[in-house]
Amino acid sequence: MHHTTTMPTGRPTGCPFDPPAELAALRDEQPLRPLLYPDGHVGWLATGHAAIRAVLADPRFSSRPELAHFPLPREGFDGEMPPVPPGMFINADAPEHTRYRGLLTGRFTVRRMRLLSARVEEVTVEHLDAMERRGPSTDLVTAFAQPIPALMICELLGAPYADRDFFLEHTATFNDHEATAERQAESMAAFGGFLHDLVLAKRARPTDDLLSDLTETDLTDEELANVAFLLLGAGLDTTANMIALGTLALFTNPDQIALLRADPDRAVEELLRYLSIAHTGVRVALADVELDGHLIKAGQTVTISLEAGNRDPAKFPDPDRLDLSRHAAGHLSFGHGIHQCLGQQLARVEMRVALPALFERFPTLRPTVAPRDVPLRSDVDILGVQRLPVTWDVP
Amino acid sequence: MDRERCVGAGMCVLAEATVFDQDEGDGTVLLLDPTPAVERRAGVREAAAVCPSGAVTLLDG
Repeated sequence: MHHTTTMPTGRPTGCPFDPPAELAALRDEQPLRPLLYPDGHVGWLATGHAAIRAVLADPRFSSRPELAHFPLPREGFDGEMPPVPPGMFINADAPEHTRYRGLLTGRFTVRRMRLLSARVEEVTVEHLDAMERRGPSTDLVTAFAQPIPALMICELLGAPYADRDFFLEHTATFNDHEATAERQAESMAAFGGFLHDLVLAKRARPTDDLLSDLTETDLTDEELANVAFLLLGAGLDTTANMIALGTLALFTNPDQIALLRADPDRAVEELLRYLSIAHTGVRVALADVELDGHLIKAGQTVTISLEAGNRDPAKFPDPDRLDLSRHAAGHLSFGHGIHQCLGQQLARVEMRVALPALFERFPTLRPTVAPRDVPLRSDVDILGVQRLPVTWDVP
Repeated sequence: MDRERCVGAGMCVLAEATVFDQDEGDGTVLLLDPTPAVERRAGVREAAAVCPSGAVTLLDG
């Protein structure tokens, strides 16, 4: 008889980068184990690197949220998710997912994203210049970490950068576990309406961007607005958190800054692994599946703890140590399987340009509050910091 | 190479860019070198291991 657990929450005090401590103990004992969900469902929790990969790679597991139970309670959420609207391919299975993703993969290849390096460098320099002009202290989130990825995804997609505060406000609401279902629905309606208008504008007057090009495909207006929603949301609220949280991690591990400069590509992979900002996911078994000597029954939800998998000592020796010289390939921070992050090569280019440039420009950059007092985003789908007050010496 | 399974994540290109590439149109995997030299094998093994969709298979020979 297996011991059934509930989902561990709560990050250890003073260790903002570490997953809930109980997750490691659960993983080391049994990397795939029964999990009791808040609604009474008995499903599974995958914490081991190999078990997580096996679930994410297996087409017998669905990404449709209307089939899933969720491991943590959400404010005002009655447990029933509506079916996902067309175009929200992150929540669709093959073959629906295949069609949408196939229209997009050619636009996010390694080569295409590396061609954007020069533009990312330009944008980075502009923001570093502005920081320098305004003087020796700022909030790194709003001055640097948010605007660079926001500008890049807006340009790529063809969304007006002037409306970024509107986008950021709504994406923050979608990711916030404490936002009520009502507030989330309002946010969705406002953002959805904006994107629907944008799609109509691109159809009427196409410009040189991804959304305009997608109007040439057979996607409907609703599908296009939902695809735009996913791409914009994913572009706005992910890399920004990696840049800000990554900087905080470097403040607390200053010996690692030289390694970032020496090999930014390698360093970025390790930051992705160590920080695991998109920490948890869910899948639902569509059929009985035998895995790791357990029988996962059709209809059962499996919660995927990507952050626990990224700290699995069976895959990464000394996993709780940030070591930017480590070869961290195989981390799960962009997921695994057919849903693995479409924009990951863009995220890599943004991080490998922005992070070293920041420390190059401001060698004395430091936080103005103790790292343990930096306000974190907790209870969210994507981890990060709310603000990162920094200062530097003016030569 | 299974281009039907491929989801265009680009992991193989990161692992070994002399052996793998992505199609300019649909982003799916292209094999540049079907018989990689010995010094490329570690990268090729990594490409197969990290491929998210199981589209890369190694054959002995």
